[in-house]
Amino acid sequence: MDAPTAAAAPTTESAALAYVRTAPAAAVSPPLATAGVLAWLRERLFPNLSSSLMTIVIVLLLIWIVPPLIDFLIVNATWTGSDREACLATAERPVAGACWAFIGDRFAYLMYGSYPIAGRWRVDLFFAMLAFGTAWLLWLEAPRRDLGAVYFFAVLPVTSFVLLHGFEAIGLPVVDTALWGGFTVTIVVAAVGIVVSLPIGIVLALGRRSELPAVRLLSTLFIEFIRGVPLITVLFMASVMLPLFVPESWSPDKLLRALVGVALFSSAYMAEVVRAGLQAMPKGQYEAAHALGLSYWQTLRLIILPQALTVTIPNIVNSYIALFKDTTLVFFVGIFDFLKTIEVARADPNWATPVTSATGYVFAALVYFVCCYAMSRYATGIEKRLSTGERR
Amino acid sequence: MSMSGRPAPPPYPPPQAGEGKLISPPVRAGQGKEEAAVEITGLHKWFGEFHVLADINLKVGRGERIVICGPSGSGKSTLLRCINRLEDFQRGEIVVDGMALTRDVRRVDAIRREVGMVFQHFNLFPHLTVLENCTLAPIQVKGMPKRKAEEHAMHFLERVKIPEQAGKYPNQLSGGQQQRVAIARALCMSPKLMMFDEPTSALDPEMVKEVLDTMVALALDGMTMLVVTHEMTFARQVANRIVFMDAGQIIEVNEPAPFFASPQHERTKLFLSQILH
Ligand SMILES: Nc1ncnc2c1ncn2[C@@H]1O[C@H](COP(=O)(O)OP(=O)(O)OP(=O)(O)O)[C@@H](O)[C@H]1O
Ligand SMILES: [Mg+2]
Repeated sequence: MDAPTAAAAPTTESAALAYVRTAPAAAVSPPLATAGVLAWLRERLFPNLSSSLMTIVIVLLLIWIVPPLIDFLIVNATWTGSDREACLATAERPVAGACWAFIGDRFAYLMYGSYPIAGRWRVDLFFAMLAFGTAWLLWLEAPRRDLGAVYFFAVLPVTSFVLLHGFEAIGLPVVDTALWGGFTVTIVVAAVGIVVSLPIGIVLALGRRSELPAVRLLSTLFIEFIRGVPLITVLFMASVMLPLFVPESWSPDKLLRALVGVALFSSAYMAEVVRAGLQAMPKGQYEAAHALGLSYWQTLRLIILPQALTVTIPNIVNSYIALFKDTTLVFFVGIFDFLKTIEVARADPNWATPVTSATGYVFAALVYFVCCYAMSRYATGIEKRLSTGERR
Repeated sequence: MSMSGRPAPPPYPPPQAGEGKLISPPVRAGQGKEEAAVEITGLHKWFGEFHVLADINLKVGRGERIVICGPSGSGKSTLLRCINRLEDFQRGEIVVDGMALTRDVRRVDAIRREVGMVFQHFNLFPHLTVLENCTLAPIQVKGMPKRKAEEHAMHFLERVKIPEQAGKYPNQLSGGQQQRVAIARALCMSPKLMMFDEPTSALDPEMVKEVLDTMVALALDGMTMLVVTHEMTFARQVANRIVFMDAGQIIEVNEPAPFFASPQHERTKLFLSQILH
């Protein structure tokens, strides 16, 4: 054990300053106290007095909140039944929990609104196509993501419109948008916002950085105006003012007006997100591309945007999360989105019980949470990959 | 003694003695009379009020290798960047390969196709593999078929001695390897002129040599080169002429041997004494 150090022992005064290693240092495992579960607990939960107090307070808080929640949501919940009777408190069950039977009974309505039952396969197909496109784009190793982008941003919008709205010529009866509702509409509004906002946002971001003053001014005005107004105002403006701008015979339907409002709003925000990504690109990338003879548009398309958008994915997804939650506001311009169908369903006298509303809102919260949390996890995953330097 | 005026490019000197491995001048008849690779006349450039380049006159013959040196901020990079129009200039004329540089976008693109540039910080495209970095411009700018562009690129990657890295991404390579990829990338456009802006100054010392060796090999092939560098050994070995710049002006131009042995201008003497000690 003392062999290596002994070998380096100085023999003369001058050699005391010099050192030459004669044997490699042995690999030794870390001292016990710094590894293992106990050490981890001590380090993370009770490192000092204030942190220990904090840990205790949080544990007490959890004990206070979690068990009643579990009681309500699961233990005392009603899972089956065909009307309000099932969810009322009775002698043998004095406390009634969540009325999941209500959600089960109205589930189709919450998903499809008043969309004709015979045509609901069209909505299902739309969901499937959307899921497929989303997966193609989000999975960074997927083959031919450029085709995926074409599918998502060009093919999908057209086919979705044909599917959902209908097209008599190919035998799909038209379904009036007034019948659309529920989760379908929420997804349609969010998807339109997502699909439209990225390309328009990119154009606006480029416009704002343009060297042409007129283009720059227009882009800046649009972005700043929309960003300076609440979404609900944009929605009202779209639904009241849009008919003024198009021929009367068109009379754009209510849903379309709301979609235009959402698209304008999300584009302005997306423009700022993309602009931040463009700003982060080193000047050297432009210079190298130009020095090779690539034109402005080639440089953007092949060098700048692929990199800028990849590093911006977390921020893009974050604004999609915000957009997804904002879709609930279309309810104010008379659209039956998911939240609105919950509102309608909970007022149904067939299911009027003290717990119906709570159940409905808990369900709504769960659905929104699952969607947003999934997006958030994705963004975090990408962020981690980017920060470990794995860039593609 | 001071301003170099507009020196006619001298016929390139025969190999000089005393420097070990020397590079013979490009074998070509009557280069001096031929159209120059680059001809800069009365060039002035301002950044706002700041006069970065003042009355620059320089003629680079075909096959000629010129090393530009000078203190930091003297305008060396700006001069190179004017030649491929990464920077605009306000007065004077630059003719590259017989084409006068104007604001016309097509003219600028045509000139950029003829002029390769290697940067201090490599500026490789991190989202593309080494091979894709090299084939991008030939495919997109010259419309070369992909297969042919790849063969072409592999040829140059072999010449810079890293064909085995073709499938990797730039950030998986060392600095020296990245710079060699950058050289290969520029060569893939088959440029008539290669410009290097301090290609080794961002490299760790042990990687400088591999990049310089690549550049020497390029010089041996007769490439016209404009090199901004502080590697004086390289300058002695490779340059036909050395241009010394200070405060935006060309102070002195000479062949390497006399340039180092008997600098004329006071500023040159001072500069050389500082870097050569
Ligand atoms: N875009 C710009 N705007 C304003 N001033 C600039 C700009 N680019 C360069 N300069 C200035 O012009 C001068 C010359 O710059 P340049 O980069 O050409 O010098 P250099 O000789 O290459 O120096 P170095 O050896 O440090 O690279 C410097 O004073 C620099 O600060
Ligand atoms: Mg420089």
